[in-house]
Amino acid sequence: MLNIEIDGKQLTVEPGTTIIDAADAAGIYIPRFCYHKKLSVAANCRMCLVQVEKAPKPMPACATPVTDGMKVMTRSETALKAQKAVMEFLLVNHPLDCPICDQGGECQLQDLAVGYGMGNSRYAEEKRVVLNKNIGPLISTDMTRCIHCTRCVRFGQEIAGIMEMGQIGRGEHSEITTFIESSIGSELSGNIIDLCPVGALTSKPFRYSARGWELTTRPSISPHDGLGANLAVETKNNRVFRVLPRDNEEINECWLSDKDRFAYEGLNSPERLQRPMVKRYGEWRECDWPEALEAVAGGLKRVRTENGDAQIGALASPHATVEELYLLQKLMHGIGSGNVDHRLRQSDFSADANLQGAPWLGMAIAELEKLDSVLVVGSTLRADHPLLAHRLRQAVKRGAQLNLINPVDDDLLCNVANKAIVAPDAMVQALDQVRRALAGSESSPESTVLSPEMPYGTQHSIALAIAASLRQGERKAVLLGNLAQHHPRYAELHALAQQVAELAGAKLGFLGEAANSVGACLAGAVPGNDGMNAGKMVEDPRRAYILLGVEAELDSYNPARILAALQSAQLVVALSPYKHHALDYAHVLLPVAPFSETSGTFVSTEGRAQSFSAAVKPLGETRPAWKVLRVLGNLMELPGFDYESSEQVRAEALHGDLSAKLNNQLKAPVAKPVGAAAGGLQRIGEVPMYHADSIVRRATALQKTAAAGMPAATMNGETLDRAGVAEGTDVIVRQGAGSVVLKAVRDDRLPNDCVRVPAGHPATAMLGGMLDEIVVGRAG
Amino acid sequence: MANTPKGQNEVIFHSIHLPESWKLANYLSVGGYDALKKVLAEKMPPDEIINQLKISALRGRGGAGFPTGLKWSFMPRNYEGDKYLVCNSDEGEPGTFKDRDIIRYNPHQLIEGMIIGGYTLGAKVGYNYIHGEIWEAYERFEEALDEARAAGLLGRNILGSGLDFDIHAHHGFGAYVCGEETALLESIEGKKGQPRFKPPFPASFGLYGKPTTINNTETLASIPYIVKHGGQKFLELGKPNNGGTKIFSVSGHVNSPGNFEVAMGTPFSELLAMAGGVRGGRKLKAVIPGGSSVPVLPGEIMMQLTMDYDSIAQAGSYLGAGSVIVMDDTVCMVRALERLSYFYFEESCGQCTPCREGTGWLYRIIHRIEHGLGRPEDLDLLDSVAGNISGRTICALGDAAAMPVQGMLKHFRHEFEHHIQHKKCMV
Repeated sequence: MLNIEIDGKQLTVEPGTTIIDAADAAGIYIPRFCYHKKLSVAANCRMCLVQVEKAPKPMPACATPVTDGMKVMTRSETALKAQKAVMEFLLVNHPLDCPICDQGGECQLQDLAVGYGMGNSRYAEEKRVVLNKNIGPLISTDMTRCIHCTRCVRFGQEIAGIMEMGQIGRGEHSEITTFIESSIGSELSGNIIDLCPVGALTSKPFRYSARGWELTTRPSISPHDGLGANLAVETKNNRVFRVLPRDNEEINECWLSDKDRFAYEGLNSPERLQRPMVKRYGEWRECDWPEALEAVAGGLKRVRTENGDAQIGALASPHATVEELYLLQKLMHGIGSGNVDHRLRQSDFSADANLQGAPWLGMAIAELEKLDSVLVVGSTLRADHPLLAHRLRQAVKRGAQLNLINPVDDDLLCNVANKAIVAPDAMVQALDQVRRALAGSESSPESTVLSPEMPYGTQHSIALAIAASLRQGERKAVLLGNLAQHHPRYAELHALAQQVAELAGAKLGFLGEAANSVGACLAGAVPGNDGMNAGKMVEDPRRAYILLGVEAELDSYNPARILAALQSAQLVVALSPYKHHALDYAHVLLPVAPFSETSGTFVSTEGRAQSFSAAVKPLGETRPAWKVLRVLGNLMELPGFDYESSEQVRAEALHGDLSAKLNNQLKAPVAKPVGAAAGGLQRIGEVPMYHADSIVRRATALQKTAAAGMPAATMNGETLDRAGVAEGTDVIVRQGAGSVVLKAVRDDRLPNDCVRVPAGHPATAMLGGMLDEIVVGRAG
Repeated sequence: MANTPKGQNEVIFHSIHLPESWKLANYLSVGGYDALKKVLAEKMPPDEIINQLKISALRGRGGAGFPTGLKWSFMPRNYEGDKYLVCNSDEGEPGTFKDRDIIRYNPHQLIEGMIIGGYTLGAKVGYNYIHGEIWEAYERFEEALDEARAAGLLGRNILGSGLDFDIHAHHGFGAYVCGEETALLESIEGKKGQPRFKPPFPASFGLYGKPTTINNTETLASIPYIVKHGGQKFLELGKPNNGGTKIFSVSGHVNSPGNFEVAMGTPFSELLAMAGGVRGGRKLKAVIPGGSSVPVLPGEIMMQLTMDYDSIAQAGSYLGAGSVIVMDDTVCMVRALERLSYFYFEESCGQCTPCREGTGWLYRIIHRIEHGLGRPEDLDLLDSVAGNISGRTICALGDAAAMPVQGMLKHFRHEFEHHIQHKKCMV
């Protein structure tokens, strides 16, 4: 430990600490622009110059490591003179346009200019003007305001994993820009808005809508992916104006994915359902709550008496809160039906009987960064879990080996040590090969039976390499992604992954698809005794369905099939914030609050329960779903529906030690014998980033990004040839009775006989199973 | 000339009288590569070589004058892994033109110096970063490398000694800032030429993050002499703390501009005489003694000085790279400074604030004064802005931009005042 002195304060700090970190820890503020705790040190703004005893020149506090006995003066005449000089230089070419700048009121330059700037400018020459760049629908640029701190550049290189911004030109003519008119495509791009210390990069959707000081900040939790990002929801006049990150080192650090940041626009969508609606004699009309709820209760009672309790099913979104899901399953159990499930995109439920708890990440989120070796099975990682992907990237930077068994080979923006890119069906085989290699029963390649279309040698050597990678290091993990969880042979993948993890001494984890995937299991939104799972409820249609936050054709494994089931039902009650496709098949629509308008709890993929309150009042006649379900319980004359607050519901839903209820281990981890691969073409139907849930689907700016573009039918060259279709032409893709015309796109990184057709998108909502057989032919 | 000036062409240009002095055979004929052979035959301990450098008082010829022996001793000795030696031939400052002539007329001495450097520092690879605007020198250096390789003097197992060392020539693109050693490293690595902040210094984190020593062309070309004749002899060529000879590039208003290798400590008046005196016999007005970045000195002061680091520094300027710009009494100092300031404005890399914003500010004020739009308060402002740049930047380019302004205002303020008042030149 080193003893130093800053502004007369005696401090003891670790060797290697910089002056700025030591000062920050001691509560001494040194002005800065380019320095950021999460980025590399650039020392280019020179604002943090301080006086160091015996040093001939002022030193940048951000880049100067302390030495024993160092005496630092941050506010001495020398230091202040240097800081004020730098401030003057920063302002000579900075426009005096604060009144029309979106950063006004929350601008670091503006703030520090008050302390270090002069009352008027000595600069009487012409000021620099820099042309703005159009870098996409999310970020607005005013590059004349840029002070060249390069935080955005370093963010791209060091955090987002892709250098989309850079500094070109020299001297006064240097500019921060993207590469030749490119837009920013990173799924983490919005963070550069927060990082920008001036108004050069601001939020396009938020632009010119409000001043920072007019907004009220409410803490909240992200309702999107399984991360549980901590949000600051900023509101004015009972409307959400923007979403910013709240620092939480253990979860999102100081970052947000673009989905978490910009999806709020969906909360203000014109498609919001504001009054209950009932369908009478084929006509929809708005009504009041009592009428709507009576219609629901009456309808459910009728089905119970006429068809039996088991004819009622409940399908819930894993983006619903613990409280909502708990009351939904309580309502179902009160009615006498165990038919409740939230796993709408799952297709293989055969492991259910062997589950011993809620599947979860298997470790803390921050632990991902410390792994030495990891195997990810079935995931479009960056799209599904942008910040978990960032944690894994940091691990790889630190020397970890990332291994992949996946049907798609999207760029993870980091080194992938070994990857087996195989057809969905062959993933089981590939994982089994890794298992055998680890078990030592796979010494010679001849001992594996492989299907003829698999490139034997390469595939097998990759499996051996993955096994070797998992053998080394201390901290290891096998992680099953969304695609594995949707997989028609999920149970086998789960069982194999469990064995691989066991053999390698690795942790087994699941990358939770939705904000409350774990919470839904804990709240009991899974089939009860003799209850039907989501797949069964669709295969064997029920007379009545309650849908909680579900957009059936977009949230399910097989949209064609679930639509058929719903259309044939006698009663469909949809609880939703939106007036959506349910108009076609439902009988009652109940406007329920999105996360911003209700209190509730999400349990993140790392098993962390995070509660939040409403940021704004419910829109129109909208009501929090937990209150709607409570009243429904009352109307159905069920006991135990007398809650006064969502906290009471939470206390009942999440009692006891949560961690004891998290368990990834199957009771009997025996894989079924590896079966033969299916013939024909197989669909790879992953969910695009900005179509994963109902809020983000309605976020207008995100919908303008390239990632939200029109789905295509993507195949490798060989598959295109075999299907007799040409790259760039329209093709007709068919699953069962559903078909759609899409553009054929070539991607030679895809395995043979696979067609990548996104799910969760209105354009493909008439198709069948996400990973089922698919037919491709020439259009017209 | 009756008396040969002391140390003339003693160290670097000793083969200059030969036709095609750059050919290997000619270099060998004047004892070239003897120093390398001596090092290899005697297996000279690296410490001994460094010791001789320290005795020689060889100081960095690129401009900073840092003692070379001391710099070499910073290189980690027992480092596992690659280390690099880099030669800085990125001579781009107005007034400098000596390194190109070393490469053109005696490239093998530079190669020999680099090989001895590789041997001493434990580097297996050396780079010579050659300025972007001297293509001919680059080509000649590549030819010399080929010759040396063919003769077994360079590459694997040099002269059967087991020593491996190879050199790559790297042609820059003409950016002045790439002469700053860490910007030069960035440029070799294929990145935008921008200086790195220090620490860490190149000796611990240099090229590709490996320990690296960077020396000027003239510095490295002086090494064979020191190794061959001993540090003491080199020291005695010059004066204490200013050992050896120095190549002075004399330009401007002289009758015979050019490079002159003479002993350190040679009186400026003698050097001026070697360059044929002031053009047309006019009055010597001012001299920039070390390249455009150092403060200007009035002629009468210069005539009292000797050409070495300490003497020039005492007079308030720097010997720099020995690039002597001579100005006669026809020169308008406002116009001269406008041109100089434009150079630094144009060549600032734009990385750090004071230089990026300050160099443009300086240039614009001086431009206004030169064009009759000066204001009385401009001179104090110029001084203040220059002062606010210097010592506050990542690299020395900020200081280089500030010093000419401060020097001009110190010695020729009256010319600037005249310009502002009368909106025209006083000369």
